[in-house]
Amino acid sequence: MRRPFASLVGALRRGSTERAPAPASPAPAQPSAFELVEAFGDPVLVVRSGRIEAANEAARKLLGSHIVGEDVRIAIRHPAAAERLTSSAEMPGGDPIELVGLGGRDSRWQMNIAGLGDDRTLVHLVDRSEGHAAERMRVDFVANASHELRTPLAAILGYVETLDDDAALSDPATRKRFLRVIHDEAWRMHRLIEDLMSLSRIEAEKFRAPETAVDLGEVVREVHAVVRDAADPRSRDVVCDIDESLPPVAGDRAQLSQLLHNLVGNAMKYGRPGTPVTISTGRGPGSMIRLSVEDEGEGIAPEHLPRLTERFYRVDKERSRSVGGTGLGLAIVKHIVERHRGRLDIRSMPGKGTNISVLLPPARLS
Amino acid sequence: MTDHTLKAFDDEIVELRGLISEMGGRAESAIDRAVEALSRRDLDLARTVVAEDKRIDELEIAIERLAVQIMTLRAPMADDLRETVAALKIAGVIERIGDYAKNIAKRVPQISRSSKIEALSVLPAMAELASDMLRDVLNAFAARDWQAAVEVSNRDRAVDDFYNSIFRTLLTFMMENPATIGEAAHLLFIAKNLERIGDHATNVAEMVYFAARGEYMPDRERGEPAV
Repeated sequence: MRRPFASLVGALRRGSTERAPAPASPAPAQPSAFELVEAFGDPVLVVRSGRIEAANEAARKLLGSHIVGEDVRIAIRHPAAAERLTSSAEMPGGDPIELVGLGGRDSRWQMNIAGLGDDRTLVHLVDRSEGHAAERMRVDFVANASHELRTPLAAILGYVETLDDDAALSDPATRKRFLRVIHDEAWRMHRLIEDLMSLSRIEAEKFRAPETAVDLGEVVREVHAVVRDAADPRSRDVVCDIDESLPPVAGDRAQLSQLLHNLVGNAMKYGRPGTPVTISTGRGPGSMIRLSVEDEGEGIAPEHLPRLTERFYRVDKERSRSVGGTGLGLAIVKHIVERHRGRLDIRSMPGKGTNISVLLPPARLS
Repeated sequence: MTDHTLKAFDDEIVELRGLISEMGGRAESAIDRAVEALSRRDLDLARTVVAEDKRIDELEIAIERLAVQIMTLRAPMADDLRETVAALKIAGVIERIGDYAKNIAKRVPQISRSSKIEALSVLPAMAELASDMLRDVLNAFAARDWQAAVEVSNRDRAVDDFYNSIFRTLLTFMMENPATIGEAAHLLFIAKNLERIGDHATNVAEMVYFAARGEYMPDRERGEPAV
């Protein structure tokens, strides 16, 4: 990022003798300072004696179009910036300054300042928010994952300790109950670790789109059979509506099966008992192929929808825990869909139910 | 902006607005850092905030001087006069905001590192509301955007509600845990300071409105007044 900045400074220094706003002179052969600044994608300001002489489009967008002609402190209020940019300060230059909260509370910008040889200064802003947000997400994820793993572990340790007590051992009913809790919590941990591992596997492969032709109807039937064989009484409510004429999709069979398992599992857990869970396939917009899972339940309030696929995001924490959710199901679904270059569509009506559709590209015919 | 025949006059108005903006930026950062010092119990940062309040005071004096100079030497009319008068008043208000931030920073050493008072964990959220108001009103000032100013003044109610709920929580806490009354009282003052910052941001909004439109901001519906 510093290199284009340096070349811009060089170009502006060379052109600094031709005062830019010269309406009388004919169009110069060389681009004027203003044209050069405008060509830059990052926000760039030209400041003369503390006043903004020019601001390119990106800068006007970030700081407002009113800033041209104003004091530079009107545009950038940051104390460190004020010290370096006002005319009374010593020659600008030196290390870039980190600005927090320019344009939005959590945004971060790096400000580079260079003197242009006359009384003008070039201010270049580089957006650093994204790197910061990614870093924060990573830290959050590690913190969340450790917390999620600790919860079942604490229960296991606690119950093992109690079982060690002779009084508890003497009562077979209590002992059985405690062992049950330990068993359930150990399985919860197991599921969580499995989910974390599949997430990282899918992420590792995300740049390689799967190419195998997969018959979606077959995957649905297979998942349906597995669900039906499980002991859950709710599995009787699962119905399939498969369009047999569909062409195969380009996909990874194991991952599509995992995706469907997660969606059906959610629908069974959060739909009202006794109401149907419908798995259907069909043709989506364009050449895409649609796979939908629909339930009739309480639905999800609209404010939760944008965050549903975040890791460990739960609409109802207590409920998710009681039905044994890991908080990663939809995050895995999202990553699988992304790897397939597909689209995930969640529609929900509070009080009526939720419909989750996945659009997948068809397999290329060889 | 309007161009003046006299370039020096134009320069002075621009300089005046620049000074206000710088002062506002410093007050904004003082609030953010005072609250950060509080939530991390960072005594060094708290001391820096206290020390740097001097700069805000100096800026107020500089603004006053320049505003008086403009009024006496240039005899400004209409919007220029309003702008100058508003600048003078805004500078006074921002100076108060700086003092509140300093006051929060001064209380940081009084809150023990192991304090378990629940209000401590919600104060940063309240501070965010108040400092967002200040940031947005300064943006409104920079852009001479009276609509944005009205929008900011409507948000004061949320800060007041926040304060009232913290007040009740702390009061209950004090009754149940008399040993921590000292600490809880400091937290109460901090919450009050933040509430006042919200009020003052509204005052700035009224000045921005006045400078831009030449009339006073119409009275808005007020929520439950702060205790």
